[in-house]
Amino acid sequence: MMAAEEQLRLAIFADIHANRQAFSACLDAARARGAERMVCLGDIVGYGADPEWAVETVMGLVEDGAIAVVGNHDNAVVSSSESMNAEAQAAIEWTRGRLSAPQRRFLAELPLKHQDGDRLYVHSEASHPARWQYVRSTADAARSIEATDAHVTFCGHIHKPALYSMSAAAKLTSFIPTSETPVQLLGGRRWLAVLGSVGQPRDGNPAAAYAMLDTKSQEITFCRVPYDVVAAADRIRANGLPHWLADRLLIGR
Amino acid sequence: MTKLSILPGTELDGFTVGECVHHGGMATLWSVTHPGITVPLLMKVPRVSEGEDPAAIVSFEMEQMILPRLAGPHVPGCFGTGDFARQAYVVIERIPGTTLYSRMGELPIPYEEARVIVGKIAGALADLHRQNVIHHDIKPSSIMFRPSGECVLIDYGLSHHNLLPDLLQEEFRLPYGTAPYMAPERLLGVRDDPRSDLFSLGVLLYFFTTGERPFGESETLRGMRRRLWRDPQPPRKLRPDYPPWLQEIVLRCLEIEPVWRHPTASQLAFDLAHPDQVKLTARSERLKRDPLSTVWRRRFNGGMTQPKPKSDVAVQLASGPIVAVALDTEDGSGPLNECLRLTAAHLLATLPNARLACINVLKLGRITIDRTVDEQGNNKHIDRLVALRHWASPLELDESRLTVHVLEAVDPASAILEFTAVNQVDHIVIGARQNSMLRTLLGSVSSKVAAEAACTVTVVRPPRSAVAMGQAAVGG
Repeated sequence: MMAAEEQLRLAIFADIHANRQAFSACLDAARARGAERMVCLGDIVGYGADPEWAVETVMGLVEDGAIAVVGNHDNAVVSSSESMNAEAQAAIEWTRGRLSAPQRRFLAELPLKHQDGDRLYVHSEASHPARWQYVRSTADAARSIEATDAHVTFCGHIHKPALYSMSAAAKLTSFIPTSETPVQLLGGRRWLAVLGSVGQPRDGNPAAAYAMLDTKSQEITFCRVPYDVVAAADRIRANGLPHWLADRLLIGR
Repeated sequence: MTKLSILPGTELDGFTVGECVHHGGMATLWSVTHPGITVPLLMKVPRVSEGEDPAAIVSFEMEQMILPRLAGPHVPGCFGTGDFARQAYVVIERIPGTTLYSRMGELPIPYEEARVIVGKIAGALADLHRQNVIHHDIKPSSIMFRPSGECVLIDYGLSHHNLLPDLLQEEFRLPYGTAPYMAPERLLGVRDDPRSDLFSLGVLLYFFTTGERPFGESETLRGMRRRLWRDPQPPRKLRPDYPPWLQEIVLRCLEIEPVWRHPTASQLAFDLAHPDQVKLTARSERLKRDPLSTVWRRRFNGGMTQPKPKSDVAVQLASGPIVAVALDTEDGSGPLNECLRLTAAHLLATLPNARLACINVLKLGRITIDRTVDEQGNNKHIDRLVALRHWASPLELDESRLTVHVLEAVDPASAILEFTAVNQVDHIVIGARQNSMLRTLLGSVSSKVAAEAACTVTVVRPPRSAVAMGQAAVGG
């Protein structure tokens, strides 16, 4: 049952990956659009060169009422049991050394998922949040949607935006969202919104990605923000992180 | 959850339900009122209950998403929607009158009347396609006309919006729609080609002018699939007096491959507005269907059955604009006309589906009685048409992409602007008059066109000549 809810404009960010330039640009853009509450879908760190700033910023947002859940990179920094590719692992080791004890504690205490009314926030997908599975297909989306009673699940992790829905007859639709076109999340079906990445887009568009949700009209708008990619890439190189992590920002792959 | 029952007198989100207007298979229509809205209103409530066709639900969801996004005179205004979670409904503007279905008893209707009606529908489709929506259910009962004459397209339950999720895409294995009007590519699951609507409109035009449906009324998938390889009887076989230009248009709409149809609804509307300028091909004279060898080749050598890359509505429309070049044919306009031709050539080279309309204004005096015949008895109008064709010949355009028009008017700029609006021109190319004396006296046609046109305008000037550069230098 969808109760008529007071209007609230949410800004949702996934996969910030310690990219200060990208996250700053997204926060500014979201505030300019009237964002009243922030949601962070995890992977605050990893890959990028400004982990302290990123964690500190999210900690500040959470103090002001933002919701945040943990991502696999955040988890790897504080648990060291993850298996990752060499470049990601190198960034994790480097990040671990940069964060303060309170910052690491903040990451360690983030929940795997957070349900707020009929909205569920999770980093990877809802069926097994701790397995960090990617949503690549309608079958993956169906598994996530079936694992929750939420009307809309928001996730990230794959760094490519997508919007899935399941009808009352359990049929799935998939859609690659068009930036700046609001889509009404119709009440008769259930939805999985996969957000693009703030700090490391991989859909061929280097602009930072986030989304806005209007809780009254139930409209989601996928947004892209151009930012100073070159500065973010230079920071990665200057800190001795693998060069590919800088190069991929420029092409959005 | 408890469902509200809609009855006369029910209040819902500020709307008061009145009488039941229509009780159909998919939905019930109620007249409703709202204190803040003066337009007559209809509330469309889907008929949904346990065990009923899920298509009714999905179709309703599509309307609920698409209707609030549409604007303009060719769609019903949308004033509110309600969700399945409580009570599903859409409130739309009530268009007075009946749908085109009411004409079914009178078929065939006169060619001229059909030309005007279908021209208006094509114009409405062009407007819809520009809003990124493919209707996918063009048929007489989806078409109404405002008292002012504008065509209104109703029923968006099967439509596709290029920027929104397509809830019908994966919902049903069989194509959903109205069998006699469905384009062949729809049978292959293609939902993103706006030319599918042109095919359906071709079926309607054929039906309204011959009294027969080109592909019969078969509702079976097997019967419908025949249109993937079998062309319809040419209308001239059914009606020997069928005008060749009309058969040219109808059979082009009904081409099996979308790429052989008109590139855009605007271009179809353009042809219907200018029947004397329709390029007649072998289609126009045909009295028989394609030989069996062709049909067999189509059926067994792939063709239509090959998968196609996904297309984008906006990109496709942009590749087939109507470009108008406004030309002077007077003496002394030679260098400027050269430049206009070069500009037109550059535009057309990148837009293989564009069509070019060459226009010239035959200026009439405000008070004098004009003579359309000069001292030697030559018809000025015809002379200018010849001059326009002569100007265009170096472009070596296919005849189907070129039209020439002489407009008679007191005010050239207004005439060009009116032509642009009526024919949905996408891009005007016009020369700036060089003679500053004349421009001071008469005002600049190009600046008025550039300021007031609703489309892109390119104002062309000849390259700076040595003389002009000298003047500029002196003038500082």
